[in-house]
Amino acid sequence: MIQFTNVYMHYPGGTDALKNININIEKGAMAFVTGRSGAGKSTLLKLIALIDRHSRGQIIVNGQNLDRVRKNRVAMFRRNIGFTFQDHRLLNDRTVFDNVALPLVIAGHRHNEVKKRVHAALDKVGLLPKQNARPMTLSGGEQQRVGIARAVVHRPALLLADEPTGNLDPALSWEIMCLFEEFNKVGVTVLIASHDLDMIKRMKKRIITLREGHTLSSLTDSKSKT
Amino acid sequence: MIREERYILQKGSTRYGPGYYFESWLLQHLQAFFFSLGQFCRNPLSSLLTASVIGIALALPAGFYVLLENAARITSGWESTVEITAFLKNSVGNDRALEMVKELQQQGNVAEVRFISKEEALEEYRQLSGFSEALDTLQSNPLPSLLLIKPALSKHPDVDVETLLKSMQELPEVDSAQYDQLWIKRLNAIISIVQRAVLILAVFLGMAVMLIIGNTIRMMIFNRRAEIEIAKLFGATDGFIQRPFLYSGFWYGLAGSLIAWLLISISLWLLQGPANQLAGLYSSGFTVSGLGLRNAGIMFLAGIFLGWLGSFISVRRHLRAIEPA
Repeated sequence: MIQFTNVYMHYPGGTDALKNININIEKGAMAFVTGRSGAGKSTLLKLIALIDRHSRGQIIVNGQNLDRVRKNRVAMFRRNIGFTFQDHRLLNDRTVFDNVALPLVIAGHRHNEVKKRVHAALDKVGLLPKQNARPMTLSGGEQQRVGIARAVVHRPALLLADEPTGNLDPALSWEIMCLFEEFNKVGVTVLIASHDLDMIKRMKKRIITLREGHTLSSLTDSKSKT
Repeated sequence: MIREERYILQKGSTRYGPGYYFESWLLQHLQAFFFSLGQFCRNPLSSLLTASVIGIALALPAGFYVLLENAARITSGWESTVEITAFLKNSVGNDRALEMVKELQQQGNVAEVRFISKEEALEEYRQLSGFSEALDTLQSNPLPSLLLIKPALSKHPDVDVETLLKSMQELPEVDSAQYDQLWIKRLNAIISIVQRAVLILAVFLGMAVMLIIGNTIRMMIFNRRAEIEIAKLFGATDGFIQRPFLYSGFWYGLAGSLIAWLLISISLWLLQGPANQLAGLYSSGFTVSGLGLRNAGIMFLAGIFLGWLGSFISVRRHLRAIEPA
């Protein structure tokens, strides 16, 4: 699903954010990217989502070589990806329902289909009763769950999560992680950036550790299962 | 490369037909249409203020245009009263003059010809001047016979009075011919200068409308920055993102035109009374005419187009700068 070959990322005016990264994440896998702040976790996710373009090397996501995805195709490319963020990035002037519906509205789905799918997604994260609430009135954990519902409502092949548990207490964090695992079980490839090493170790999934732009260890799926 | 392209195509074509795409295109337009209307109505005061500025900017040239139309209508009424006076030579007798009347009346560019013989002229002069006794002492009649010729302006507005005047002057029987309402021509020339000035004013104010709307849209774009970033992350095309802003420009243009129309209607209504009074003094049937359906339509189209264009330019400039990070 995600294949990095000798990938470098150099921000103009800065140092190399990523140096010679080689990763291969299989379709349907669930993996964590960890490392200290500034190690390149967010950069890695941004390259996959084409928010930034890598400087050197080759990235293949979902069978597409990212070098060949031209600017006017980026939007279509992103429709196959779901995102969640540490700060949720929900739209506070819209209801929970409207927030979750956004990816479907962008894709131009009919109203009854939007309604059906949004209800299903909210039901999955346990927030169906709050569909008419404003995000500001929800707790941090609930807001993160709304973000997850928004990230999966359009049934993307790949789910990217940047520090999804950053502001949550351990119990809530564990709940959120289990939610990601459930989506992974139905076939979504999940890649989560997190610095909460204790918790992600308990998840018993593959862990990619970054330090100063290098991959320190990249256990393969088979190794993590043993 | 080919494999990747096919991947995208298959994903699209196997699930949905072209009808589905048209339907979702239409759906997204409707959504943007009503969403932008909602945005417009959500801040009624600021929307109304912006629309009022646009309205005034549109009303100024349109209002001047209406005034000029009315002025042109008044003077064209005067122009149809133009008469050419042809003084006949002393040698031309009354019989020949009456023949000339018949000949001239055959011409298409002549509406009416009246013959005033020297005797009639003297009689008229005697009555009007009060010099009747002095005139009695004259041995012979010093006044010439004359023809009063009305050009057929009411039937053919394009009749050239100048040409008619010239042909009169060239007749062998005519001593001299003149037409004394040159000032109307000068007035019309002035009006056409003012018309040109109003056109220039309209261009400037049209640009102002575009700038106002462009700036309003720019503020809207920056207020909704977070939303735009998120939408781009979830695969929104530029078209999708700019659509509600373009419709906002449309709404501003429409509301501005509506306000302009109201301003003009109120102004004309206020002018109606004094204008009627003035017309009454001149015993003329003149009434102030309004914008009219056609011109109002043009003003609304211009307002909407300027709104859309101002928004389009603003969106092009500012939307590209917002990328998710």
